[in-house]
Amino acid sequence: MAPEEICRLLKGRFGEAVEDTVLAVGHPYARIAADRWPEVAVFLRDDPRLGFNVLRCISALDLLSEEKLACVYDLYHVPLEQPTVLKTQTHEFAVRVVVDRSNPAIPSVAHVWPAADWHEREAYDLMGIEFSGHPDLRRILCPDDWNGHPLRKDYEFPLEYHDIPATTEFELTNPRH
Amino acid sequence: MADKVLESTPDVLIDFDRSEQSDLRTEEMLVNMGPQHPSTHGVLRLVLRTDGEMVLEAIPHIGYLHRCAEKIGENLQPYQYIPYTDRMDYLAGMNNNQAFALAVERLCGVRVPPRGQAIRVIFAELNRIASHLVSLGCYGLDMGAFTPFLYCFREREMILDLFEAACGARLTYSYLTIGGAHDDLPDGWIDRCREFLDYFEPKIDDYNNLLSFNHIFVKRTGRVGIISLADAIAWGLTGPCLRASGIRWDLRKVLPYDGYEKYDFDVPIGRTGGSGEIPDGVAVGDSWSRYYVRMLEMTQSVRIIRQALDQLPPGDFRAPKCTNLKLPANEVYVEVENPRGQLGFLVVGDGSAIPSRVKARGPCFCNLSITTHVCRNVLLADVPAIIGSIDVVMGEVDR
Repeated sequence: MAPEEICRLLKGRFGEAVEDTVLAVGHPYARIAADRWPEVAVFLRDDPRLGFNVLRCISALDLLSEEKLACVYDLYHVPLEQPTVLKTQTHEFAVRVVVDRSNPAIPSVAHVWPAADWHEREAYDLMGIEFSGHPDLRRILCPDDWNGHPLRKDYEFPLEYHDIPATTEFELTNPRH
Repeated sequence: MADKVLESTPDVLIDFDRSEQSDLRTEEMLVNMGPQHPSTHGVLRLVLRTDGEMVLEAIPHIGYLHRCAEKIGENLQPYQYIPYTDRMDYLAGMNNNQAFALAVERLCGVRVPPRGQAIRVIFAELNRIASHLVSLGCYGLDMGAFTPFLYCFREREMILDLFEAACGARLTYSYLTIGGAHDDLPDGWIDRCREFLDYFEPKIDDYNNLLSFNHIFVKRTGRVGIISLADAIAWGLTGPCLRASGIRWDLRKVLPYDGYEKYDFDVPIGRTGGSGEIPDGVAVGDSWSRYYVRMLEMTQSVRIIRQALDQLPPGDFRAPKCTNLKLPANEVYVEVENPRGQLGFLVVGDGSAIPSRVKARGPCFCNLSITTHVCRNVLLADVPAIIGSIDVVMGEVDR
């Protein structure tokens, strides 16, 4: 199913919840309102015309100039009937949920696609997006007591961690002593 | 004398009623497995909630190798970032280079010349064999079979020699780069590669005789850690882990890249035991199937390489002017079939030469996330069998 059709289907079903559709990029997507996202996710997964049963990836983006954070959900369809027959086609789509930097909360979809569990933890850890309703939202790659979210554009690299001094590239090339 | 002993014994006699109770009494215990446990293939730490020999729950803790490679990607030009992709899945550097290069090429509209594409396919498939050899050998080692490991590494060494001849590196290649390959194939390389394939193909039977159909190995891995197709799909498993659950799904067939549609090859899947060469006692989606799918994939990779060597077109191996590319204000998400599953890159450009966001979707990261679900109420000794069959490389889980 082509991205245009998917967008039309979503708009017809959810109306206002589809804030925008961007089809001109190399990665066509629909922007969904954060509060309606789990409902849309269930529809994307269960509707027989769409059948997006695999969540491939969640990528968190920092849109600093707009004071926003975004999550990109990449989906595709794996046909499960007659699994032993070689599969040669699929259809893919992406969903983007944009939230304010001041309150970066997105409802979790870990109950829709269990794959979202670790991806959401990663987005929380590195970009600081709060996934409400997530079963176990804690840091996954950084240590539990780490400060800040490293992938944010305004992240400041800590100068020490547990009394271990950190050296920045600037200091290496410009020694003070 | 004997009387004296008898007299003194009542004090030290064991109270059998009580001891029997304490022997039968079980209690839950938390056991740390890793981060330095040899069978976890790197720095993976599992916290196991055990009751005697049973593992009630296994919770993975990752991040020990985290280098925030994605942040580095936001500070470098794409061609400078290629060496960092080598260090993600360090057993499949070529495939990682290829994935990132494809993403940037699609973003910038670079067309790779046919010879460059064929070189990429040859090296990606050679690296797939090398990576599977490590996976199979180490899996045997986990299960107590030492010999296959040595044989696998002997053959892998020859592939690394081929890589060294082409690009000078044996692990972190940075050979496949944006626009094609970094250099053309050296003189005589094609003949050396053919020689290797002729030598290697019969060796697969040796591995099968040594390990795959070994009765102890089948007993140890068959019907252990079964992942149903529905679970594999829900947890986003890809690569051999997904195919072992019985679905013929391979990105090289579904969304071909770099000219994979030109080559004729099969996609092996996990099958029920007792049919054909598959031994009794194994089931679709178990640890043995995940292991054996990799074994079968090596034969298919040899087939692809032979075809690519025969059809190798003359001409350029790299598109011109592929450094200092201006990335348009656009975004792409590209996945390729790595030895361990689908490696994806999301690259967002903003009109400058440096991407504003690089996101890597590691196949092992997704495959590992099913651990808690699979390692529930299994024997402690089965945990290494399950983790080993998922075949994780922590460099790419943690990035």
